[in-house]
Amino acid sequence: MATQTPKPQEILTTLGHQPPSENWMDTKPEFRPGMYCHPVKIASLEGMGGKYAREWAPAEPDWKLPADWKGIVKEGLKDRLNRFRSFQVFMDICVRCGACADKCHFFIGTGDPKNMPVLRAELIRSVYRGEFKTAGKILGKLAGGRKLTEEVIKEWFYYFFQCTECRRCSVFCPYGIDTAEITIIAREIINLLGLQIDWIGTPVNACYHIGNHLGLKPHTFKENIEYLLSDVEENVGITIEPTFNRKGAEILFVTPSGDVFADPGIFTCMGYLILFEHLGLDYTWSTYASEGGNFGFFTNNETMKRLNYKMYAESKRLGVKWILGGECGHMWRVVHQYMDTMNGPADHLEVPKNPLTGTVFANARSTKMVHVTEFTADCIKHNKLKLDPSRNDHYTVTWHDSCNTSRGMGFLEEPRFVLNSVCNNFVEMPDTTIREQTFCCGSGSGLNAGENMEQRMRGGLPRANAVRYVHEKHGVNLLGNICAIDRASLKPLMDYWVPEVAVAGLSELVANALIMEGENARSTNLRGEEINDLREEAGLPPIDFPDPDEEGGGEEGDE
Amino acid sequence: MQIKDRPIIIAGILIFLAIFTFPLWSAMGKTAPEPKVELPKDVKECVAPKDYMRTSHMQLLNEWRDSVVRDGNRVFVAFNGKQHNMSLTSECLRCHTDKAKFCDQCHNYTGVNPFCWDCHTYPKESK
Amino acid sequence: MSFIFSIIAVTALVGVALAGVALDLRYFMAVVLPYAALATFVLGVAYRVLKWSSAPVPFRIPTTCGQAKGLDWVKTNKIDNPCSTGAVLARMFLEIFLFRSLFRNTRMEYREGGKVRYGSSKWLWLFGLLFHWSFLIVVLRHMRFFFEPVPGLIQAIEHADTFFEMGLPLPGPNGLEVSLPLLAQSGVILLAAATFLFLRRVVVPQVRYISLASDWFPLLLIILIAKTGIIMRYVLKVDVVAVKKLTMSLATFHPALPAEPISFMFYVHIVLVCTLLIYFPFSKLMHLGGVWLSPTRNLVNNSREVRHVNPWNPEVHFHTYSEYEDDFREQMIEAGIPVEKEA
Repeated sequence: MATQTPKPQEILTTLGHQPPSENWMDTKPEFRPGMYCHPVKIASLEGMGGKYAREWAPAEPDWKLPADWKGIVKEGLKDRLNRFRSFQVFMDICVRCGACADKCHFFIGTGDPKNMPVLRAELIRSVYRGEFKTAGKILGKLAGGRKLTEEVIKEWFYYFFQCTECRRCSVFCPYGIDTAEITIIAREIINLLGLQIDWIGTPVNACYHIGNHLGLKPHTFKENIEYLLSDVEENVGITIEPTFNRKGAEILFVTPSGDVFADPGIFTCMGYLILFEHLGLDYTWSTYASEGGNFGFFTNNETMKRLNYKMYAESKRLGVKWILGGECGHMWRVVHQYMDTMNGPADHLEVPKNPLTGTVFANARSTKMVHVTEFTADCIKHNKLKLDPSRNDHYTVTWHDSCNTSRGMGFLEEPRFVLNSVCNNFVEMPDTTIREQTFCCGSGSGLNAGENMEQRMRGGLPRANAVRYVHEKHGVNLLGNICAIDRASLKPLMDYWVPEVAVAGLSELVANALIMEGENARSTNLRGEEINDLREEAGLPPIDFPDPDEEGGGEEGDE
Repeated sequence: MQIKDRPIIIAGILIFLAIFTFPLWSAMGKTAPEPKVELPKDVKECVAPKDYMRTSHMQLLNEWRDSVVRDGNRVFVAFNGKQHNMSLTSECLRCHTDKAKFCDQCHNYTGVNPFCWDCHTYPKESK
Repeated sequence: MSFIFSIIAVTALVGVALAGVALDLRYFMAVVLPYAALATFVLGVAYRVLKWSSAPVPFRIPTTCGQAKGLDWVKTNKIDNPCSTGAVLARMFLEIFLFRSLFRNTRMEYREGGKVRYGSSKWLWLFGLLFHWSFLIVVLRHMRFFFEPVPGLIQAIEHADTFFEMGLPLPGPNGLEVSLPLLAQSGVILLAAATFLFLRRVVVPQVRYISLASDWFPLLLIILIAKTGIIMRYVLKVDVVAVKKLTMSLATFHPALPAEPISFMFYVHIVLVCTLLIYFPFSKLMHLGGVWLSPTRNLVNNSREVRHVNPWNPEVHFHTYSEYEDDFREQMIEAGIPVEKEA
């Protein structure tokens, strides 16, 4: 299905936020290409033991629901009401004050009233009232209740796969009602009917059986990293020889597989490799636990547990002391708020201790897993890194706080400290768009597929709008982050809304600034771009790089 | 299924119940003494009908005050045609001689603090 | 439709109360109904909270709204990202008594040229806070009807509540002197704030769009309760001594209608209040209880430091390393990746 994504101006001129005149219970979603994701492949769903795998299409009238779909959904709802207090309380106490309404990036970007968090929750709350509550059963619509119908299921599919579980609404809710929690549970229930999107279902299956979302087999995973290392050799002039599945290493390093796969994640990955080389860290990669991310989190809590299991299992097999995690958003929500509960206690590991600084990470005492950024921050604080931040002078950086690390962890200052240590030009976006109020990239929670590009570009509008603001005001040309989905999704988002701004993971900027032993003139950055070309673009005088062994004419930039 | 915080929640519920039923159990078994208003023995009618006086005497007193202070008018013609001198201390207290046995009875009972005596002095405070 | 239904419902309630007076159902309205309403309220609320508490909190999921506790030298935002039970209590206190999250509220503006901007918007916070606090004070002031003698604390609240009005009579229309008794600010603020919240629902298109009958009805009910109360206090005055005789008879479980007549306005008031109490446990008004139990607010953000236990942690199948190695052994050996079993 070839999908034409509308031009930015078309979106901006037609966007409005006035609700329609009819009651929301009387409107139906329109499955328009570009605004929804493809259904999961049969093999992927069955690979995870999922039921009711079948060929179906969201735009077609018949979704081929299993015969007893109504019973399955009602039972699924009841079961989760009993297992999640959050769900029960959030179903009962919303007063519909509307404080959350204009906080959702999808509402801001689409103007669709059902993207107001309150209405998104009402989609399921209305069924809860209509099927389980006396008043709702008797008075129906008048009591805000409605019956479970196929139309309702379609609506759930449309809108719960149009929520990125970013939790921004929950910051503003006077009762802390968290739409992410409601979406997580709603997706679990939709999944019971075999309704899943492919961008989640297929990575989940690949991760479970092969080791990572991208389905990189062990040798491919290793080759990919070796390929990155040849680039490092060229651009930095050093040779790095990391180990894989090595027993007895001190640290197991796990990062989202996107980092070894695609631009600009690969530069972040080069950053890790260079950093660890700089420190002489005793660590190993694993091809089995080769995924930090966890699309099971977007499926159901059982699947999340099944995928997450591998990190602890592998750390035990390899006999490492603790685990270091790469830059990723939802991975860290899972590691921080779920991992220990699901797959702990990790008694085979030790309380993480930075071998270079001696710092004990008491905040990770139980989970035994440390974020690479807090690790880097600790190293910088103890002067363990030789840094030349001026190597990033051609960048004016702004910082995108990832939803999950901000609102599901509170990881705000560490990345800023690192950023300020490795570059000289850092400006913040407006306060209402950063830290705990940060805006989602628009593609989180498994929605960064290709076929829903319009949905993603609309969802990312508020983020891009804030970037455009600092781009116009301060000449920002780089958007930093610590999230693999951000790296994959902010790039097309910037290309669409603010093409002058590039996207980079934090470790890439760290490695650009790292002074390595035996390095070359560093006249290019990790991306292989000539520093002097970039400086010229940024209006800076060129650097007179020494020219030892034919560094190449510095003026051949291709931009 | 063991739910760790349940005892805390149940304690919370008990506190809630205790607070919201406090008026009931704090008065349990007691009977509240009702106000005993001592009415004048020789006079049968006040300056207005009894029901009006019960609910709205404060309003009347306020009107008297404004009339006297602002207009210098001290004459009040009652519903039965009788004329009265608009005065709290010399007219009202003429019949209702004992504040403690009349005014205070209901005022204390309903938790009302009139500001009459912020300015006026009561001739003889009865103990 | 839900709006009109709610108007009809509250109007009907007033009608029922008036009919009750006409049909001399005073005993039912002033004795039976209040007991039933109070019992429904306290038991209903307790039941609802107990029911919530029967569901576990499987994961520790606080919404973190500030810097977490981490490296020693990083300044922690202890309240918005609570690192201890004490900090959670502080967060909960600010949330429940000062509506901290609502204080953050912003308003999105979509401007010409596709610019999105956010302004501060504290009106909802301000009027929400005024509404709830004045309601609490009004309830506390009413406690004078349920204690004999009236406790000093209740008197002090009444005194403080009427402070600004001291000796400042408001002129009323002919013969209506609304200054007496002293003007209790809480009642007026309650009415004003509830009216604001009501008008906000009518005027703001998005909020109107999401409003259900269960949003209009309690607001209208509370507005009417405040109005009838204010009318009784300042305009169509009732015999408060008779009212207190009645309420004390209820409090001491010797229920009896007083000998003196009580105005019909009182019966309207009490029927509305009893309706609110009965309606409470079955409605969104349960946010009174729910706000204490919200897992995104009442948990410490120390998930990596202290293990949180899920009582139903599911048994699931894992894809073990040996299964994985069986699938890929040859390629792993070829690629020089160490294996457990050589072929």
